[in-house]
Parts: sequence; C-alpha cells; structure tokens
Amino acid sequence: MGEVKRGYVRPLDLKNGRVDMTHGSGGRSMVQLISELFAKHLGNEYLGQGNDGAVLPAPTFNGKPGRLVMATDSHVVSPLFFPGGDIGCLSVHGTVNDVAVMGAKPLYLAAGFILEEGFPLADLARIVESMARAAKEAGVPVVTGDTKVVERGKGDGIFISTTGVGVLPDGLDLGGSLARPGDVILVSGSLGDHGVAIMSKRENLSFDAPIESDTAALNGLIDAMLATGAGLRCLRDPTRGGLAATLNEIATQSGVGMMLYEQAIPVKPVVAAACEFLGLDPLYVANEGKLVVICNALDGELLLKAMRAHPLGRDACFIGDVIADDHHFVQMTTAFGGKRIVDWLAGDQLPRIC
Amino acid sequence: MKYIDEFRDGELAKNLAQSIAATVQPGRNYSFMEFCGGHTHAISRYGLSDLLPPSVRMVHGPGCPVCVLPIGRVDLAIRLALERGVILCTYGDTLRVPASDGLSLMKAKARGGDIRMVYSTIDALQIARDNPEREVVFFAIGFETTTPPTAVAIQQADAEGLKNFSVLCCHVLTPSAISNILESPEVRQWGTVPLDGFIGPAHVSTVIGSRPYEFFAEEYRKPVVIAGFEPLDVMQAILMLVRQVNEGRAEVENEFARAVTRDGNLKAQDRVAEVFELRREFEWRGLSVVPYSALRIRQKYAALDAERRFKLDYKSVPDNKACECGAILRGVKRPQDCKIFGTVCTPENPIGSCMVSSEGACAAHYSYGRYKDMH
Repeated sequence: MGEVKRGYVRPLDLKNGRVDMTHGSGGRSMVQLISELFAKHLGNEYLGQGNDGAVLPAPTFNGKPGRLVMATDSHVVSPLFFPGGDIGCLSVHGTVNDVAVMGAKPLYLAAGFILEEGFPLADLARIVESMARAAKEAGVPVVTGDTKVVERGKGDGIFISTTGVGVLPDGLDLGGSLARPGDVILVSGSLGDHGVAIMSKRENLSFDAPIESDTAALNGLIDAMLATGAGLRCLRDPTRGGLAATLNEIATQSGVGMMLYEQAIPVKPVVAAACEFLGLDPLYVANEGKLVVICNALDGELLLKAMRAHPLGRDACFIGDVIADDHHFVQMTTAFGGKRIVDWLAGDQLPRIC
Repeated sequence: MKYIDEFRDGELAKNLAQSIAATVQPGRNYSFMEFCGGHTHAISRYGLSDLLPPSVRMVHGPGCPVCVLPIGRVDLAIRLALERGVILCTYGDTLRVPASDGLSLMKAKARGGDIRMVYSTIDALQIARDNPEREVVFFAIGFETTTPPTAVAIQQADAEGLKNFSVLCCHVLTPSAISNILESPEVRQWGTVPLDGFIGPAHVSTVIGSRPYEFFAEEYRKPVVIAGFEPLDVMQAILMLVRQVNEGRAEVENEFARAVTRDGNLKAQDRVAEVFELRREFEWRGLSVVPYSALRIRQKYAALDAERRFKLDYKSVPDNKACECGAILRGVKRPQDCKIFGTVCTPENPIGSCMVSSEGACAAHYSYGRYKDMH
C-alpha cells in the first residue's frame, strides 16, 4: 500500500479536463479551480484577501475625494474566441469602458463566471489569461469574483458578468442629457469592426484582409482627452446597436436632433464589403473599442488632435452636428445629397431577401 | 468598394438629378412604379426623392417578398414548427412577418419552435444532413430570384436521397403581379393610380431576362426600364422613363445591362421548370387570389414537398381590418395614408407585412423618411 501524501491534490488537467458540477459545489474542486486558475492569473493584494468581499481603500482622485461611478455588464458572446479577442478580454474592456466614458478613473473590477458543465478547462484557462492581460493593460485589477456551474445544456459554455468601480472628480459631469444644438459629434475611429468580426466568424466568411474586433480599454484615450480641458458633454462607447443606437439615445435624453454626414463616417472598406455581403448597415453594428464624443464646437479641433495622438484614436474624425429638433430625430445627409433618418434598430438586423 | 462605390457616387447623382429636372416637361406629372422592394429601399435609404423634381412621383410596388406573403402561409410554417416538431429553416426577414394569434416565426421560436435563420438553401440542406433523426423543412419564399436556389436544393436532396428534407414552397411570379396591378380597376377604369411606367426588377430580371416585360410595354402601352438596385441605377432609370414618356414611347429598356440579358439565365430557368409547375391560383397579401401567379413542386419531387408530406391544408386568413397593406402594395395608398402607420404599427410591433422588411414600403418610409411628414 502506497503512502498517503497528506494534503496532496492532483493539479487540474488544463489540457484535457472539463468543468464538472463539483467545480461549482463549494467543495475542494471549487477551491482548486479558484486557486489554480482564477487566483493564479488574476491575483492581486485584494483578491488575495480571500474573503467574501474585498476591502478597498476609499477612492481619491489626485489625492482629493471624488464620487463613485459603478457599472456592470454581462457577456454572452458567441463564438467565445474571435479574431482580435475573446470573451475574456471583452468582459474587462466592456466594463472598464462603461466606467471610463463617465469621465471616471476605473479602479476595480468584480467578475462573475457562469460555467456550463463539460466546458473545456483549456478554453477556460485561455479566457482567464486573456482577462488577466486585459486587466493589467488597463490598470484595473479584478478584486473579487464568483463562479457557478450549471448543468450541460443550461448555459452556452461560459457567461461572464463584470462590475466596475471608478472615481469621478468633483466638477466633471458628462452625460447623455448634456448635448446642445451647435455641439459637434466625433468618433474615435472606424465603425463596425467588432460586430463584423463576430458575424463573419459565425457565418464562416473569410476575407483577404482579416477583420479583427476593435475590443480595447478606452480609459487611456479618455485620460488624454480629459487632459486637454476641452468642453466635453458626453462620451459613449457605441456597443450593441452601434452608432445609430448611441446617437438616438443621446438625442432623446438631451432633447435635441442630430445631423450626420454620410461621407464623413469612417468605415473600413473590408467592413463595408462584409456588411454589403451580410445585408447589414455598419451604423448599427457593434463596436467594443470606439468612442462617440459630443463636445463644444469650439473645442472640436483641440480634442481631435489629442485623440489622434493616441493609438486608439488615430482615425478620430468629425461626423456630424447636434441640431435643434423637437422630434429628436437623428438625420443623415447621404453621400447622394439626399436626407434620411438614422432610426433606432427594430429588433435584430435581419438580412433582406431580394 | 469596387463595383459598389461607382454606383453610389454623389457627384454623378447630382448630374443625373439636373438632367431629370431639365428633361421633365413643365405642367406634366410623371408617376412611376418601382416594382421591387430593393428599389424602394434604395430610394428611401439614399434620400432619392429629395433629388427629384416635384412633378416626378414614385409609387411603391408589391415586389417585396415578405410583404406579399399572406398570413395563412406563415401560419403553415409556424404549425410545422410548433405542432409537428420540424426544424424550420427560413430566410432572415421572414422571421418577423405577423401571423395569426399574435404570432410570428420569431415569437414561435420563443415558444419552443426550432426555427433557424439561413442565408441560403445550402445551409438548410446541411442542417438536414446534420440532423438525420429530425424533419427539416425549408420555408421557400420569394420571387424568381430565390426560386432557382430552391430548385437546386430539391434536386440535390433528391440525388442524395436526403429523406428528412422537404420544402414549403411559396414562390411567386413577378409578371403575374404586374398584370394584376395593370388590370386593377384603380389603374384601368378609375385612374386613381396614375401609372406612366415601371422601373423593372433588378435581380428577378437577371433570371427571367427582359423579354417577359415586352408584353406589358406593348399591351398596356407602359414603358418599362429594368434597373439595378444601386441608387444611380434608379436615377438613370427615372431619366430613361421620363424620356420615353416625353417621346410617347412604350418600350422595354435595360439600364441594368451589366447583369440582365433579353433571355435571362437559361440554365436557372431550366432548373426551375424541371422542379416546379404553375399553381392554378395563389393568395397574395394585398392582391388577394391571383390566378397562375405562383409555383408548386412537381409530382416527380412530391416526397420533397412539405405540403404533401405533412398533408397541410391552406387556410386563408384576412388581414387586420385597419391595415392598409393591400392598398399600399397596389400603389393605391401611401404608407402615411394608413391610420395605424407609425402609431399602432411600427417596425417593433408590425401589424401589416409592409412594416416588416426594410424593403417594405411602410418600413422604408418609417425608418428613413418619416421626418418629412412632421416638419
């Protein structure tokens, strides 16, 4: 009879192993999954406290107390791995951006994982590593987390929900209700990259120039913009529903109209081609690393200069004006010189038949 | 983007707009029907009506595949999914077409129907191969553009001996719809719908060619200009129609010569003829029952015909009383003439089929042009 090694636990099989129900049941397996995977990659002094909640220092902004900003986002993307990213980095970027567009400095993240029984541990490891990398690059640690396992067939592999906290200095207020007629509308770069990357992977389409998701944390770019002191009204990251949904939201909240100029709106040729092929309009396609900016017209050039000096804002440009309109329509002057509405999306974009 | 940008050039559009304005005769009105939803979409999306002189009026036609699909046909598809447990494969914008009991394919999916969106019949065949224990039905709708791919799928399934695949055929014919409009009392007797000419179908014509329209030009003295779906195509076609009207000509002209020939795609026509035959009659939304206006699957392929296989009985269901889709599809009314347009009936909650697809006259006007009604 062999000698029993006290305290020995066989390491997780990260090559061929799979998530099973014990990984969520509160026993040794769960502790092992947390320590060998989550804590290993995401570890930091707060996560290392190992308690039910993380104890964090009171937030300050440049040494002064500020207001807290909190945002949450659930990620259910399919496919989980796509050109330019995966659900792991996406779950960090999405929430960091939601906090950062408020003008706040993102400080901490919390992450909740819902895993489906049978999900390969190798994929989980890839996702957690990618999350860790994204959190490190953004400078925002994951300080607390949770894992649940659902039976096979009751989840789609993995869902990740993240919550972020940031600090907003007194005196800085950005928001969707602050746009005023005469303001200008800017974007930080080309539109539709993320959604088209996902969709072409789903439909198994390949192009000569691969389309990559633009997923990125925007807090660095936003810092650079705030540093200019420009008269910013509102920042948004145009995710689901794309530019069209974001601008319609702002127009409604602010009680204004907007006029876009089709020729000024940046869309990469390969994205435009894919949209043409899939029957989609790039204005409605999701982005995960782009900013829509509403600012005082006088400061437009100053801001564009600062944005273009940052790698994530290289292709920043002016796309339209905020105008007075009692109906709060977002309109567009087409490349043809005609006019039309850029309306809310009705349900999903569905390809036409003819 | 090559082959696309050239047909969306704003400068050329301005030149064409100037030519149209210079060609229309003062004191004369021009009323043209664009048959296809693809043209309706281009006109709204690019704001073409802003570039036309006020004397040129575009009337939207019935050429939107999901718009002319009657409730009873969608009901059949929903019943197959919910009651017979088949995997129902459908093209994208059919999903939201309103059917009976407040259902649509999208809502039936939420109730547990296995309904899947496909981009082509090839995807539907693959789903059948991947699920040999399930019945897989392809909901085949559309005009002559989508008919050849359905024919190919049926022949391929037959050749492979794919036992679990069948097709619910709802394919309809463009020329019958045009005749129906030209024969309607609004056009023939009452003159309530003035029609000076047609913009002929783009993609449909690549298959059937320009020849079938020669009859309309001759018999009804209406000029037809076949045009592509890009905005410059539409502008060019309008200019050609204005010239024909001015010169008293009624001919078939082909603006879309880069894709359409007089005879069309003979191979595709052969395939269609091998697989399909004319139905004696078919109900259209808006045009009601039109004789010899649709296709059914030939006896030879009966095993692949979902109507025979599942012994489906078609039941006609009237449209919502307040809905003006019928009149709008015939060009008698405009979307904004409908009482429920933009109030009860919106793209989020369509009552009529014209509000469903972005090719539908109501959805196109709602999504792109409704600000014009308000200012």
